[in-house]
Amino acid sequence: MIAMHRAAVIRVGAVLAASALVVTACGEAPEETDAGSDGTDFVGCMVTDEGGVDDKSFNETSHRGLVNAHDAGTISEVQVAESHSTADFEPNVSSMVSQDCGLIVTVGFMLADATAAAAESNPDERFAIVDFQYTDEDSGEPVTIDNVKPLVFNTHEASFLAGYLAAGYSETGTVATWGGAKIPTVTIFMDGYYDGVQHYNEVHDADVEVLGWDKESQDGQFTDDFSNASLAQQYSENLIQQGADVIMPVAGPIGESAAVAARDAGDVALIWVDTDGYESLPEYSDLILTSVVKGMDTAVQEAVEATADGEFSPEPFVGTLDNEGVSIAPYHDFSDEIDEELADEVAELEQQIIDGDLEVQSDAAF
Amino acid sequence: MSEQERGTTATPGGEQPPQEPSVSHRLWRELTTGNAMLTVLSVVLALAIGGLLIILSDPRVQQAAGYFADRPSDTFATAWQSVSSAYAAMFRGSLVDFGEYSVVRAVRPLAATLTNATPLIAAGLAVAIAFRTGLLNIGAEGQIILGAIGAGYIGFTMDLPVVVHLVVAVLGGVLAGAVWGGIAGFLKARTGAHEVIVTIMLNYIARFLLAYLLTIAAFRRAGRSDPISPYVAESAQLPRLFEGARLHLGFLLALLAAAVVWWLLTRSTIGFRLRAVGFNPHAATTAGMSVARSYTLAMCIAGGLAGLAGASQVLGTERFLSSGISGGLGFDAITVALLGRANPWGTVAAGLLFGALRAGAVTMQAETGTPIDIVLVVQSLIVLFIAAPPLVRAIFRIRVRSRGLGAPEAKGWEA
Repeated sequence: MIAMHRAAVIRVGAVLAASALVVTACGEAPEETDAGSDGTDFVGCMVTDEGGVDDKSFNETSHRGLVNAHDAGTISEVQVAESHSTADFEPNVSSMVSQDCGLIVTVGFMLADATAAAAESNPDERFAIVDFQYTDEDSGEPVTIDNVKPLVFNTHEASFLAGYLAAGYSETGTVATWGGAKIPTVTIFMDGYYDGVQHYNEVHDADVEVLGWDKESQDGQFTDDFSNASLAQQYSENLIQQGADVIMPVAGPIGESAAVAARDAGDVALIWVDTDGYESLPEYSDLILTSVVKGMDTAVQEAVEATADGEFSPEPFVGTLDNEGVSIAPYHDFSDEIDEELADEVAELEQQIIDGDLEVQSDAAF
Repeated sequence: MSEQERGTTATPGGEQPPQEPSVSHRLWRELTTGNAMLTVLSVVLALAIGGLLIILSDPRVQQAAGYFADRPSDTFATAWQSVSSAYAAMFRGSLVDFGEYSVVRAVRPLAATLTNATPLIAAGLAVAIAFRTGLLNIGAEGQIILGAIGAGYIGFTMDLPVVVHLVVAVLGGVLAGAVWGGIAGFLKARTGAHEVIVTIMLNYIARFLLAYLLTIAAFRRAGRSDPISPYVAESAQLPRLFEGARLHLGFLLALLAAAVVWWLLTRSTIGFRLRAVGFNPHAATTAGMSVARSYTLAMCIAGGLAGLAGASQVLGTERFLSSGISGGLGFDAITVALLGRANPWGTVAAGLLFGALRAGAVTMQAETGTPIDIVLVVQSLIVLFIAAPPLVRAIFRIRVRSRGLGAPEAKGWEA
């Protein structure tokens, strides 16, 4: 928590520094015009979970969806309410309800209860929730709330490909992963990754080992925290010492610690998650083998644009390889190092999954 | 602490007080004898600087400042508009919203303020009472978590009659917090282990204990694979005080706790002992008081109060347990106690102020897009100014008559 406060202070400091640059005071005054006359009058709102809007992870990516929609001119305004603790969820959602929001996007399972409650007492308000689908308490079957659209992702399909690639790329015969917390949205990445490696072993009669996650026992290495960078680095170093030469950290911002460990060790490649790490982590781009991309920005943008067009539906959006809601990123700097044969196999697997010829499973799938 | 170290600092029977660091003692003096005016000025100053930050971080002001030389009035107008709309939104979000059509809706912001203030007051008292005994309780966070675990577990697993269930659940939370606080007090009394270190470490243990518990079946909600607990049974919920807001009975419990702490500190023998130990452990020992017992007792009471904060969060505000149940409340509580000058009623006032800041920040953020972090900065500045009275005096050109150090009681909020 102290770290969080510090981050906040740094953030405000950065804003000040930026504004100081702007205040050169010599520009020309603009003509008086009517502001916001671009035709649309649709406000896209968002309530973040505790990570805040600049978490370099799912809050930030979801927010980008709204910003992109705004830049594209389909919505007129973006409003964000950041939460700092669970106690903020309910007030934040209610304060958004009392604004004129066209769609309120809430991010993460932590907000599920607050969103459901607000949706129920405000049947005219529309919501979308990222990374969560309501299920029946007894049967476990999905439940639809008429004014809440779930945006969920079958990331295991893409991380299956990443696992296969990692197994084929590994020289040591050991690949690894670790997670920020043992929650479904994290373990789904690890399930796919694990299965991808197993699939490679089957096809090639190889014996590549996965460290940090065991799909059968559903147990593995977790920092239990998305902010403890030193623990994250320690985990990564241990895994490298045990022979892993590909690591997939599934932990939002502290995944960067794996990059630090990989840089120190040399000859270790990374698989980034959520976004294309080649772009979002430029200082370590040469270490990024590929990334398991979870298109939360696209999903949010499409949901808000559909709602602005009057076509809201509570039908869940499930991101898959097929609808490009999830994907694996280009190999960038590693294009030359990956055997053409391996790359072809991965491409073929992707097609098989899309066609339904190969089914990838995870307990956390939707 | 290594065996060897423990050997040298351990005191048989714990009757000899560990050496008190003079810095914390001076801080103690400053806090308990500082004057109320200084507190108010610190808050005003912090809000003023917060306003400046709001102006500087507003993109519209930055834009207007871009052509300052061409049309300076724009910059001032937007700056004024920026800060006034932000603080107006904060007022509407924390006290009364005159724009609403019904009385209940208009006072809902006030209810939000009181809801936020509830755990801050209880946990603030936990820091304050330890402070009066000369202990820095940084462990309210962990004690809140333990309180929430205890109260929550009783709340969602046991099946008891209506009133009994609630009472048992609240007491369970208080007890769990008291044990957690007591560990630090006991270690301090017995081994001399510094309470700051111990409580900080216990915070981590509490946090990861909660993270672990939420992964096991007993704490999982049926049909959910996320780390989130079942809802607390209705019979164990702290009843809402009125429809349409989250304000619950916990607020009255927090006020009651403040009254009890006030009575304890000023009217009881125990409180006299605690204060005597806090004021001068050596003198207290000479007077035949057990410093060790006072330390343990103070930390138990402190833990119990923080446990009450945790119980009220889980039984009243949230009604289920998740990893973010405390969310830094325990650290804000330190600020609250400092602002309240470690005095029960001062803590209540400070808790209300911080509750209002938190509630107002939500509306401010939603209406004007001002970053919620501004409130954190304001809170931090308040502490900074309170900890540095000469700075505030210099800014407001206040001259102080030199005061005797004999006054054991703050005359600020009580007067």
